[in-house]
Amino acid sequence: MERTQLRRQVALTRQSLFDQGFLDEQFIQLEDLQDDANPNFVEEVVTLYYRDSARLITNIEKALEKNSLDFNKLDGFMHQFKGSSSSIGAKKVKAECTLFREYCRAGNGEGCTRTFQQIKKEYATLKRKLEAYFQVVRQAGPAETACWPK
Amino acid sequence: MTSLANCKGSMSTATSGGVWKVSDGVSDQFPAGLRVLVVDDDPTCLVILEKMLRTCLYEVTKCNRAEIALSLLRENKNGYDIVISDVHMPDMDGFKLLEDIGLEMDLPSLQMDSMIFLIMNRAVMSADDGKNVVMKGVTHGACDYLIKPVRIEALKNIWQHVVRKRKNEWKDLEQSGSVEEGGDRQQKQPEDADFSSSANDGSWKSSKRRKDEEEEAEERDDASALKKPRVVWSVELHQQFVAAVNQLGIDKAVPKKILELMNVPGLTRENVASHLQKYRLYLRRLSRVSQHQNGIGSSFICPQEATYGPLSSLNGLDLQTLAAAGQLPAQSLATLQAAGLGRSTTEPRMPMPIVDQRNLFSFENPKLRFGEGEEQHLNNVKQMNLLHGIPTTMEPKQLANLHHSAQSLGSMNMQLNAHAGQSSSLLMQMSQQQSRGQILDETTNSHVPRLPSSIAQPITSDALASGVLAENGRGIGFNPVSQSSTLLNLPLNTTDELTATSFPFGSAAEVPSLASKGTFQEEISSEIKGPGGIMPSYDILNNLQRHRSPP
Repeated sequence: MERTQLRRQVALTRQSLFDQGFLDEQFIQLEDLQDDANPNFVEEVVTLYYRDSARLITNIEKALEKNSLDFNKLDGFMHQFKGSSSSIGAKKVKAECTLFREYCRAGNGEGCTRTFQQIKKEYATLKRKLEAYFQVVRQAGPAETACWPK
Repeated sequence: MTSLANCKGSMSTATSGGVWKVSDGVSDQFPAGLRVLVVDDDPTCLVILEKMLRTCLYEVTKCNRAEIALSLLRENKNGYDIVISDVHMPDMDGFKLLEDIGLEMDLPSLQMDSMIFLIMNRAVMSADDGKNVVMKGVTHGACDYLIKPVRIEALKNIWQHVVRKRKNEWKDLEQSGSVEEGGDRQQKQPEDADFSSSANDGSWKSSKRRKDEEEEAEERDDASALKKPRVVWSVELHQQFVAAVNQLGIDKAVPKKILELMNVPGLTRENVASHLQKYRLYLRRLSRVSQHQNGIGSSFICPQEATYGPLSSLNGLDLQTLAAAGQLPAQSLATLQAAGLGRSTTEPRMPMPIVDQRNLFSFENPKLRFGEGEEQHLNNVKQMNLLHGIPTTMEPKQLANLHHSAQSLGSMNMQLNAHAGQSSSLLMQMSQQQSRGQILDETTNSHVPRLPSSIAQPITSDALASGVLAENGRGIGFNPVSQSSTLLNLPLNTTDELTATSFPFGSAAEVPSLASKGTFQEEISSEIKGPGGIMPSYDILNNLQRHRSPP
């Protein structure tokens, strides 16, 4: 009974992430890649994303602290960050990254700084929500896979 | 719904709408096992791509630096079918990677012709920027362009690039007249296959539109190709090329160095590279032909009778190369080759029956086997056909004019002379008998090919003198050609199709075998009897023993 309730909670949490615009269909693609051989594939990928993107965020912060901004360098960092964000389906983060790059192209340092703060906010929110989601998934245990009648 | 027929597996019930789940059992059918090298500095993208490609049953090698990818490609010259590379990487971008590999195509050890590059890029700022990047990728040699995030539907279609490229290579080889059979992973492209590019949307309409656009682009390419000034490889130019290749050595010859040595104005590296490829194919084919000729055919070919072999050169001119270079039309080449072989190009060739070759060098009189004519002695000169029963092909016209050609050219005959006065020496003479030429063997009715006159010279065999003649009470047989003679190098022990006139052997144990001394011992089943059920007599052996001098 409790297990069924947990599974319902997993489904609701997952749906809310899509409804609120945090995730897009790319996340579904990751879920479809998850199989018996890799039952925690999505969680592993998301963990890898947060571990690697932390380095990129630090690099962008350092580049923004400088007096004369190197927009090409900033654009390069953000280009990579946007790529990995879109690969896991982080919809809101990706949208903010696009905006940041537009400011870079325009040479707008203030716009870049403001957008970067928004990126960090969305990034942290998604991290918190995904951590909660994966915790519930672990508690619920592996879902019973539907199989064809013999 | 998206067509996903390229990967095997059971349909997932997830909301993704047609994504395939694949079981661990790897299919042995193409495109399963397609070897893919993935290059991306982003570990997240790399892991996702690897998983997607493995789901498509591809063999994946991943690396996070372009330099590592380059070294992997250098190590395994034919190790990968497709390289998927990211555009923006810190050490080297995707374009630079393409460029470096393109430059290294000069290296003989690297054969990058089979490589197909797919450049993927994260979503670009504007449409113009995207177009520029795509164009840059294409000009650097990329055959497709993927936008991140890469979808599995796009990856399921990348095998089409391999097939299309190989199909084009096959066409090029056919046009240049240097088609080679087989191929490492040659696949036949189905005619109704969807040639859509591996774009991320999998809709049928867009793929159909892309297909039409590709066809139009190909037509434009063909039109532009016609306008290009074509290099005509004249005999002098080819000789210069061959001299340069020989100077460098075929293994170390690279287009750049050949071009420097040739020093011909207007000749580009591409022209030389193309010609070198054709030349290498030609040499490979030539070596294969020469290996093949080391069998039956080549043993009869001598320098004076070069027309009996395949005509690959005429007065020093390389016909195959001339044909490949477009100097000699294919029809002319075929006619020249046919003329060299003494065959008509227009008339069909009629295959003659294959005859049992086990009795090829059994020179006893067939009548002796059946108990008739035991009183005949070896000092009688018998007209024997040396090569009766060799499988051959001939034209209907040649068949009609057999007797005429026999009188004009003569045929190979064998004389077995055993002189009573001489001490046990058996003289075999190959001579051209103008009057008694026999082309059709009486027993088999099979065509006997004419041999060059230059080999019609007496050969003395000391087979009997050295005690080679086998006496086993049931049958005799020997190889009349002496050990030292390499003239007739025929496979005596090959088992071909038996004709009505040849003996069926009783069991596998009684199949004739070559003895260690080169003798051909023929075992005949004891059940075989002569007319009236009488076992054949072998009194001829006694006659032979009488002629032999004491040791």
